[in-house]
This record gives sequence, C-alpha cells and structure tokens, in this order.
Amino acid sequence: MFRIIRKKKLNASVTLMEFDAPFIAAKVKAGQFVIFRVDEQGERVPLTVADSDPERGTITLIFQVVGQSTMKLNALEEGDSITDLAGPLGMPTKLPEQAKKICIIGGGVGCAIAYPQAKSCFLQGMETDVIAGFRSKEIVILEEEFRKNCHELIICTDDGSYGKKGFVTDALKERIEQGNQYDAVIAIGPVPMMKFVCEVTKPYAIPTIVSLNPIMVDGTGMCGCCRVTVGGKIRYACVEGPDFDGHQVDFNELMHRNGTFHQREAECRLLAQADQL
Amino acid sequence: MPNLSERKIPVPEQNPDERKKNFSEVTLGYTPEMAQKEAERCLNCKTMPCMSGCPVNVKIPEFIQKIKEQDYEKAYAIIHQSSSLPAVCGRVCPQEKQCESQCVRGKKGDSVSIGRLERFVADWHMENCHFPVKKPEFNGHRVAIVGGGPAGLTCAGDLAKRGYAVTIFEAFHVAGGVLMYGIPEFRLPKEIVQKEIDHLKLLGVEIMTNMVIGKVFSIDELMEQGFEAVFVGSGAGLPRFMGIEGESLVGVCSANEYLTRINLMKSYQEGYDTPVLSSESVAVCGGGNVAMDAARSAVRMGAKKVYIIYRRSENEMPARKEEVRHAQEEGVQFLTLQNPVKILGDENDRVRALVCQKMELGEPDISGRRKPVPIPDSCYELPVDTVIMAIGTSPNPLLRKTTEGLETNQKGCLIVDESMMTTKQGVYAGGDAVTGAATVIMAMGAGKSAAQSIDEYIQQKRTKQEE
Ligand SMILES: Cc1cc2nc3c(=O)[nH]c(=O)nc-3n(C[C@H](O)[C@H](O)[C@H](O)COP(=O)(O)OP(=O)(O)OC[C@H]3O[C@@H](n4cnc5c(N)ncnc54)[C@H](O)[C@@H]3O)c2cc1C
Ligand code: FES
Repeated sequence: MFRIIRKKKLNASVTLMEFDAPFIAAKVKAGQFVIFRVDEQGERVPLTVADSDPERGTITLIFQVVGQSTMKLNALEEGDSITDLAGPLGMPTKLPEQAKKICIIGGGVGCAIAYPQAKSCFLQGMETDVIAGFRSKEIVILEEEFRKNCHELIICTDDGSYGKKGFVTDALKERIEQGNQYDAVIAIGPVPMMKFVCEVTKPYAIPTIVSLNPIMVDGTGMCGCCRVTVGGKIRYACVEGPDFDGHQVDFNELMHRNGTFHQREAECRLLAQADQL
Repeated sequence: MPNLSERKIPVPEQNPDERKKNFSEVTLGYTPEMAQKEAERCLNCKTMPCMSGCPVNVKIPEFIQKIKEQDYEKAYAIIHQSSSLPAVCGRVCPQEKQCESQCVRGKKGDSVSIGRLERFVADWHMENCHFPVKKPEFNGHRVAIVGGGPAGLTCAGDLAKRGYAVTIFEAFHVAGGVLMYGIPEFRLPKEIVQKEIDHLKLLGVEIMTNMVIGKVFSIDELMEQGFEAVFVGSGAGLPRFMGIEGESLVGVCSANEYLTRINLMKSYQEGYDTPVLSSESVAVCGGGNVAMDAARSAVRMGAKKVYIIYRRSENEMPARKEEVRHAQEEGVQFLTLQNPVKILGDENDRVRALVCQKMELGEPDISGRRKPVPIPDSCYELPVDTVIMAIGTSPNPLLRKTTEGLETNQKGCLIVDESMMTTKQGVYAGGDAVTGAATVIMAMGAGKSAAQSIDEYIQQKRTKQEE
C-alpha cells in the first residue's frame, strides 16, 4: 500500500498528490514514470513523476481528472492509500551532450512533467527557458515552481486571459526568431501540441524531445500496447521511452491509438457523473 | 481389478454452448470412482516408460498405484517429491507429448490419462488436507528471486523449506507470472495459483510486488543488500509482432496484451476498470496454446466470429490437442495453411480486414516440419475488426541491459551452466528466461534444480569462510 501524504488541488481538474514511496523516490530521474492502481478493481495507469524527495522518501504525481481511474484517485484524501505504485519505469530524459540553452514547453497538465525537466536542467546550470501554455487563466498551474527553476518563464493562454495571448508554438517561434539559439527543445503536452512544436523546430534543426503518453498495461515491455512508430520503426514507449525524437514520431498514429477505448471512457465518465447526481 | 478398456475414462466437461458464455473451468475433473477406474488401466510397467517422458521424472506408476489403493494423500506426496505445482501441471502440461506419449497402453487405444489423475490427486489434496504449515528455522542466509512465475515460485519454495529467507521481487501487482496473466481462468482457475502462493507465504517467503528489477533495484544492488544469491525467473514476456503492414492500427494487439487485460486485470468481470477491445470478429494469428487461449477468450468476450490463422496444417500445431479440440467445440474456425500478409484499416485507422495468403506444405525444414510455401495469387481479405498476434515471445532484455556480466545468447536467453548459474557469480536463472517460451513443468523443474544448486553454492561458501 502506498500512502498519500499530501494532496493539493492545483486547478478545477488538476490535482497534486505526494506519495510515500521510498524505493521509487531514491531512484527516479526526470522523464521517468510510474504505474499506479488505485484499488483491487483498478486499472494500471501510467503517470510521469512530477517531483521526488529521496530524503523524505516521497514522489509527487500531478494528474488531470479525465477518466475512471483519475476520478477514483482524486476521490482519495491525505492519509488514504492506493494498492499499487510501480516504478521508476522508462528511461530518464537524455539531452544532447553539452546542451547549454534549453527551451522547455508544457501544455496544460503536461506542465506537470515539464516542471521536473525544467528543474533538472536549471539545477545542472543550463540556461533554461520555459513556455507554459494553458487554455485560460483559471487553469494555470505551477507558476511559482517554474519561476524558481528557470531563467525566463513565458505563460501563454489561448484566450489571452493571462500572460501572452496565443499558443505555445507562437511564443516558441518568436523566441527563436529573436535570436535565441536553443540546443534542444523539450515539449510535453497534448499530442497535437507536441506535433506542432516539432513542426516549428524542424526547419531550424533544433533537436526536439517529446514525452509520449500511449496507453499502457504493464509498463515493462511485455504487452506491446504502448508501441509507437518512431523513424519508421516500432518502439515500446514504456521501456525505450517515454521520450523520443519528436521529428521522427508518427503523431497521427499515436492519436488514433490513444482513441482505442474512447467510447468506453466516455461511458465511464457519464456513469460516474450519474453516480454523483 | 485391471481395467482393460482401450478407451480412457472420459472426464466431465462443461457443455460447449454453455461454457462459451462463462469463464469457469471447462474440464471438471474426475470423481474418485472415475479416478479409480482410470488408475486401473495402468499396467504398472517395470520399465516405467511414462516416467522418462516426464521432464521432472514424477514417479508416475507409483502414484497411480496409490490411487488404486485409495491412498490419495500418499499419491500426492509421491508427485510432490518431484513437482511443486501438481494442481497446475495436471491441468496445463502437454501430457500427450510427454508422459502419455510413452505409455504402453497408448500403443493400442488411449494411453492412461496421467494428467487427469495428477489433477485429481492434487485437487483431492487441496480439498481435504489442511495440515498446519510450519515455517522452517532460519539458516542465516538470504536469497532473492526475480520474477514470481512457476520457476521463481518453485525455487522460492524449495529454498524456504531448507531454511533460507527468500524474497520474491515481482514486477506485476501479483505473483504467478503466466499462470496469472496468461493462462485463462477457464483453463486454470486463479484460486489454485493463489493457494500455491499463499502456501509459500506460510513457509515464510516474502513477496514484494510492483518491483521491476533493473529499474527499482539492480541485481548488483540486491547482492549489496545482503542477498547471497539471486535466482532470475523473469520469463519470456516480450511479444513478437509479424512486421507486416497495418500492425499499428487500432484493433491489433499482442495475445499478451489481450490476455493480460482479461486474466490479470479481469476486464471480463463487472466492476473492474480495465477496458478490453470489444470485438465482433477476431483473427488470432498463431497455432500455439497462447493462440488457443486468446481465441477462446475472444469467444467468451462475445465475439461472433473467431478465426485461428496458422500457416502450417493442424498436424503441426504446437498447441495441446485438448486445447485445439476445445476451441473447435466452442466454434473457433481454423484457417490453416494461411499466412497473414497485411492488415487493412478504415478511415479512422481501425482494423477492417486481414489479408491472408494461402499456403501449401513443401519440403521438411530444419525443425523436421514440412515448410509452408505461399501459393501465388491466393491472397484474399478476411473481414475482421480485431487481430491478435500470438506468434511467440522472447525474454525481456531489461535485466541483461541493466546487469553487468549477465550474458545472453542470440535469442536473448540467459546463458547458464550445468548448475544453472549465469555468467555472473551467484546469479542463477531458469524457466522461460533461459529456454525461451517453453512450459510450466520445465520452468518448475528449472526452479527446483536451481534451488539445489543455490543451496550447494551458499553452503560451500560458508564452509570456505569457516575454514
Ligand atoms: C497464454 C499462455 C498459455 C500457456 N499455456 C501453457 C500450457 O498450457 N502448458 C504449459 O506447460 N505452458 C504453457 N505456457 C507457457 C508457460 O506458461 C511458461 O513456460 C511458464 O509460465 C514459464 O515460467 P517462468 O517462471 O519461467 O516465467 P513466467 O511465468 O513468465 O514468469 C515470469 C515472472 O517474472 C516477472 N518479471 C519479469 N521481469 C521482471 C523483472 N525485471 N523484475 C521483476 N519481475 C519480473 C514477470 O512479471 C512474471 O511474473 C503458456 C504461456 C502463455 C503465455
Ligand atoms: S506497456 Fe506493455 S509493453 Fe509497454
């Protein structure tokens, strides 16, 4: 059993939870993920680790309440426990050697994963810019945390209610055109966002790392459910990823594959809403 | 009185129309009367040919003799000397290729139904014997087991009985390996596997789940933590795909994924959260037990049409005969001598058809089986919405990649010597991780021999230290 020692609502649909998980905390590096199962009936769901504290033996997960499992998780409180937490899984993020200047882009809840990347780059002494995009002001998360862990923070909102109006891609393009020479870009967020970021960086040949979120079961390479096509080859995101060279990823395929259970997910949400009424 | 009937006593089974709709066990097992009658068919041959067909040399005529004498507990004890998992092996061993293939009675008529007798004895034991298990006295040595499949469980049990403090590190949230995630409930009730695991816990074996070794701890770190030896029984779980066009379409999955969702995550049961593809028509590519399990699971999940696509003929199918028969009775259609060449999708990238090419048998290949050769211009489209790949698995490279000094052969199987020690001192291995995908009984046997070697290794080390 893994105990929740801190719970904090970051916005209407995004929650932060800190878990007691000393073995994972001692090992996890930026870019790696865990698989959780809330209870005996629960499914196995991957979440990238947002933060860890090896001394206290804890890891932090930040998740958006989107389906059955995240709803169940969100219903738990400090002091409650979940049955399973396996990790750290996947490979840590690997930046190009001697990278000095980095731009990290987070979209929505993807900022939760962009944050440990920013922190790790910043602590290693790289010049770290962060572009964080949200739909509107109410859902901005982790602003303080980012500010402490980067040189330049640009917040964009789609509706212009906070920060810059527009998409992260616009802000990125502007930064590049202003003459910022990035050795690498890390993009984490919804699949279309990552796809468009890659389209922006490609003409400039800036190495772009994306963190993929395919459906998973075991997370150890034994089901093939998480397979993605990268550079024309099939790769298992759970063992070889979740980070890949964004310029090589077949994003359209990933979008389709992620829709495998959409119908059933929508049904679950409706049922859960009916329960709450 | 000897039973001279050429036919074995049939075993009661759930009727096909009924069982297609449920996940309960298909084969119901012998009653004591049936077991008696079947046991009487054994001629108690002096040469015991059956025993030589058993990968772990169970003393078959001896245990059958005890059934004749109605001393079922003794019969169990005899099997248990050589096999740690009789209730499991009695159900899933390919007996027709092993013990039963050597049985003298099989020369004219049916061989003695050794598997069913083994299962009877094991079930009788589980039902009727409830001895308190005594935790053996700790001998001061600790051993780590990586992977809780049949190999790991057996090795753990044998070491625990000798007084070792044993910890199993299992990647999944439950131990059991393929017995839990792969082989379906209707063939091997999970309750039986759980009982074996609970028994180990009573012997003092500690089971740590959610521990992916190579990630959370490396093998070297386990040794640093004070484990004097490590047994690796991590199986061969990495699924193979065919490398044909369309394998990334929505609706294509490995048998491992399909079966894990159903068996381990229980998506067939009300109240469990894990989704599984809901299919109308399913093509399962492959001809082994895994393919049969996937096809029969698909039938139970409500698919209207389920096909097995196999490139050789039914004779060459590696699946157990009983599985093939059961699948056929349940309405699975066998499209043999056909090879999948391409999967077609609709505008949303969802599977709509499997293109198959017809084959004919040519000259025998190195395996001795006649090689299938494609018939030109024989491709056709089989309309399906789901394609399940059951064409084999190989060992997961995770441990090799994270452990210095652990070597594998070209197929990714761990290399071991006669004592089952890997190329790394103090690290032993067995089961599918060493042989590639094989059988439960072989994995169990490997776990047993490794336990013996590990015991010798640690005792020798101790004697050296004392000198
Ligand atoms: C669907 C299916 C049907 C089958 N049917 C039959 C049958 O009818 N008869 C028969 O005899 N055989 C059958 N087999 C084969 C048989 O199940 C295997 O040969 C046997 O289970 C191998 O045992 P094992 O202990 O070596 O490995 P496994 O049973 O594969 O167990 C390995 C365990 O190690 C764990 N593990 C892997 N890597 C790590 C790691 N890094 N850290 C921690 N844990 C790890 C895995 O999660 C797993 O629990 C079938 C196999 C499948 C898939
Ligand atoms: S999640 Fe199963 S192989 Fe990656």
